[in-house]
Amino acid sequence: MNSIAKPAETRFVGKNMRLDLRLISEMIDPGARVLDIGSGDGSLIEYLFRTKGCDARGIEIDMAEVTRSVALGLPVMQGDADSDLMHYPDGAFDYVVLSRTLQAVERPREVLRQMLRIGTRAVVSFPNFGHWMVRWQLLRSGRMPNTATWNRQWYETPNIHPCTIQDFFDLCAADGYVVERWLAVDDAGSRSPWRRFPRLANLFGEQGLFLLRRA
Amino acid sequence: MDQSETLPEIAHTHVSFQDGFALDCGVVLKRMDVAYRTYGTLNADRSNAVLVCHALTGDQYVAERQPVTGKEGWWEQVVGPGRPVDTNRFFVICANVLGGCMGSTGPRSPKDGEPGVPWGTDFPPVTIRDMVRAQQRLVAHLGITRLFAAIGGSMGGMQVLEWVATFPEQVFAAVPIATAAYHSAQNIAFNEVGRQAIFADPAWDGGRYWQSGQVPSRGLAVARMAAHITYMSEQALSRKFGRKLRSVTATGDVTLFGDMFEVESYLRYQGSNFVRRFDANSYLTITRAMDYFDLAAERDGDLAASFRAARTRFCIVSFSSDWLFPTAESRAVARALIGAGANVSFVEIASDKGHDAFLLDEPDFHRTLSGFLEGCAEHAGLAR
Repeated sequence: MNSIAKPAETRFVGKNMRLDLRLISEMIDPGARVLDIGSGDGSLIEYLFRTKGCDARGIEIDMAEVTRSVALGLPVMQGDADSDLMHYPDGAFDYVVLSRTLQAVERPREVLRQMLRIGTRAVVSFPNFGHWMVRWQLLRSGRMPNTATWNRQWYETPNIHPCTIQDFFDLCAADGYVVERWLAVDDAGSRSPWRRFPRLANLFGEQGLFLLRRA
Repeated sequence: MDQSETLPEIAHTHVSFQDGFALDCGVVLKRMDVAYRTYGTLNADRSNAVLVCHALTGDQYVAERQPVTGKEGWWEQVVGPGRPVDTNRFFVICANVLGGCMGSTGPRSPKDGEPGVPWGTDFPPVTIRDMVRAQQRLVAHLGITRLFAAIGGSMGGMQVLEWVATFPEQVFAAVPIATAAYHSAQNIAFNEVGRQAIFADPAWDGGRYWQSGQVPSRGLAVARMAAHITYMSEQALSRKFGRKLRSVTATGDVTLFGDMFEVESYLRYQGSNFVRRFDANSYLTITRAMDYFDLAAERDGDLAASFRAARTRFCIVSFSSDWLFPTAESRAVARALIGAGANVSFVEIASDKGHDAFLLDEPDFHRTLSGFLEGCAEHAGLAR
């Protein structure tokens, strides 16, 4: 018979979880209703359920990941940010999480709008295209940057909508979202010390992590 | 094909309800039998019951030898000790559907008030909801107020959806597999081909075939053959049979049908096996119930409204090569559930085996089902 890992004794237990996911979970209140868009192997929703008693659910585009998650007892449905968020009712969640995926969706602005329609708050993280290494490579070589984060050729990258931390602040202002918290993180997911200086964060942060709410 | 081989009379475990059962069509059945089987043990607080709902031609013999065919149960890979629906842990119930021919009241049963005369085609039309309400009577009779889970594929999946829509408080977890919230025009069309095949068999005799002692087995076999094609994918047919021929004439003479394709032989075999265990009028009654199924139509076209009261946790499963109940139908159900705020898992299992995949060895499906039930058991506070 198939050996099914029991949810009680599954892999994660915090320390193996991606560091940025741990930073995200710090932004989420215990017992909250959470939707994780692009839930991957389900480690964030499992962590939120186990450690914070959250009602955490996932959407994931990759069917193999979905199957794996459901087989671990996690509530995940196959779907994607661009076409499935519209089916959720208003205010269904306290938090809607989109981790390192905003740059890969077809309509990032619409996805954000949907996130803050179905959730009271949105937690968004994305790789920062304004990082000095990206700027330097483009300046020096005149070609699309190739870094640890931006490591696919332009013609095959899924990251069709790269943005910078400054760009993201601008979009939040334009669409009337309140930035409740934000931080820049390095590639390993640790906090970077530029929380008060968006321009510095935009230069040295590998990733931006934002907690938003509707105005 | 032997047209005189009628279904054997077998005593099936059943409960009789004699207090009148009102059908959706308005007819009240004075006596309704529900034949069922159970596996495993009901726990002290009666919280570990899992209802398995069978498909069109299935029966209550889920995980044991089928008494008519002598073959193993239709879902032994899924239900049993250590299986995804683990009978060491869960108390599994399966009832023959209302309108069926394995002991539950149906066209073969004696007509109300006319002992010795079968209902035949006078048996009132039943709906999927009637089937579910009959099952609910059984479940209540067994002293169970809430099912831990309802699970079923194809028409069984329709019943699972109807269970949650009709008795939202009584189902903790629901697993509708390879199913849809309504029967599509294409599905109805295939059913109609099958029914016409039965009607066209002279032995059917207007549905009163018990009078002649003949059964419309040729028509029923053709119905089964047509249906069987819809249960398989093109890839599965190609893989199993391709264009392989087998010779049927001993003389070697060249005739139009001197050779038979393997796939023809297979379908004939399926057809002739089926008629030994199924009643033609039951087939008509149940296919009609499927055709009438449209969960949203019962709620002014709003599928999400069917599930608004539900706190049930759902796991919706489809199979990539199923063209009878394609993934798009499952996705539509998943989206409606999401609109109703339900907790939904939705998985499409990659398989080339078509609609039948839910009955076959599909490790990813079995892992999914097992893990989902495990997670739900934890949320339900069900002890291991």
